[in-house]
Amino acid sequence: MFNFSAIILPLTVSIVIIYGLYHKVDIYDVFLEGAKESFSFIMTMFPSMLAMVLGVNIFLKSGVVSFVFEFLDPLFKILSFPIEVLPLAFIRPISGSSALAILSSILKEHGPDSFLGRLASVMQGSTDTTFYILTLYYGSVGIKKIKYSLVAGLGADLAGIIGSLWITSFFFG
Amino acid sequence: MVSLMVNKIWGFFIIVGTLFALCNGKIDVINEEILTSCKSALDLVIQLFPVIALWLGVMKIASSSGLLEKISYKISPVLRFIFPEIPKDHPALGYISSNIIANIFGLGNAATPFGLKAMESLQELNPKKEEASRSMITFLVLNTSGLTLIPTTIISMRMLYKSVSPTEIIVPCILATTISTIVGLLLDRILHYRSKHV
Repeated sequence: MFNFSAIILPLTVSIVIIYGLYHKVDIYDVFLEGAKESFSFIMTMFPSMLAMVLGVNIFLKSGVVSFVFEFLDPLFKILSFPIEVLPLAFIRPISGSSALAILSSILKEHGPDSFLGRLASVMQGSTDTTFYILTLYYGSVGIKKIKYSLVAGLGADLAGIIGSLWITSFFFG
Repeated sequence: MVSLMVNKIWGFFIIVGTLFALCNGKIDVINEEILTSCKSALDLVIQLFPVIALWLGVMKIASSSGLLEKISYKISPVLRFIFPEIPKDHPALGYISSNIIANIFGLGNAATPFGLKAMESLQELNPKKEEASRSMITFLVLNTSGLTLIPTTIISMRMLYKSVSPTEIIVPCILATTISTIVGLLLDRILHYRSKHV
């Protein structure tokens, strides 16, 4: 099968550059200017990554998770849902940086090219932090009654999680 | 709401993890973990840095050349279908499409200001100021389903752990986020009509 995943990144970059040249943008200088913005981005990212990697690693390495999962395992066997990615599925809608920390520990433990590693990667990419987005945006305009927002948002997250499992099995199963 | 939740989750992780390890005789592991976590966090951020820098650079060209604006303009007919209650040519549609395009191209930081402007102009259209309007809910569902073309953070994390093919998950990710977006929008419609008829 033709590898579409491999052409998306080069294709996007080339289109952007061709379009920029065509419209007479100083592409080189503008690129540098944009890349410079990553410094402040990384600076604000580090403290939350540090906090979350610490919390998540203590929690995962303590054995609590495997202890709880021994009870849940039969149930998830029936649903054929790999229990190792369950913490990621739970945390993903709540906190972006702790989801990243969990993804990192899954990739480290099982390897990025294992089924679990690929599944966790796709799952991370399938949704966004629902709770954060709702709080930020509704908070900004003073909305108090959010009606069915949370149900729809979490429903979409759940669909993303189940969809990731199907898609990963289809592509790499 | 969120900051409270993060407080609890973080505290829960550390306290429960430490106590459990203490009872389990695994406290040495935790002791080591506290110190190595700092290094792992730094490794992670350092690994993310170059890919993010590259991407922000490329995307700066896309926004300076007017490419992003052009794509935003192209998607507005689709938005009219998704947001039937926003009047034609209302500025809210422009902000919404800029927000969506910035999200799709992985510019989370650039997307947020457009999103806030979009909420502001949706609030102008909203008859009940303390209650979320139908368009607001649809807009946030679109945002929470996380449409992304190139998941740069995931790719760089896969690089960190020496994946043979870090980008192989791009198409699967696009499909998965499309599923969550479609289900989110369908749920939004269904719940909207149900709330009107009850």
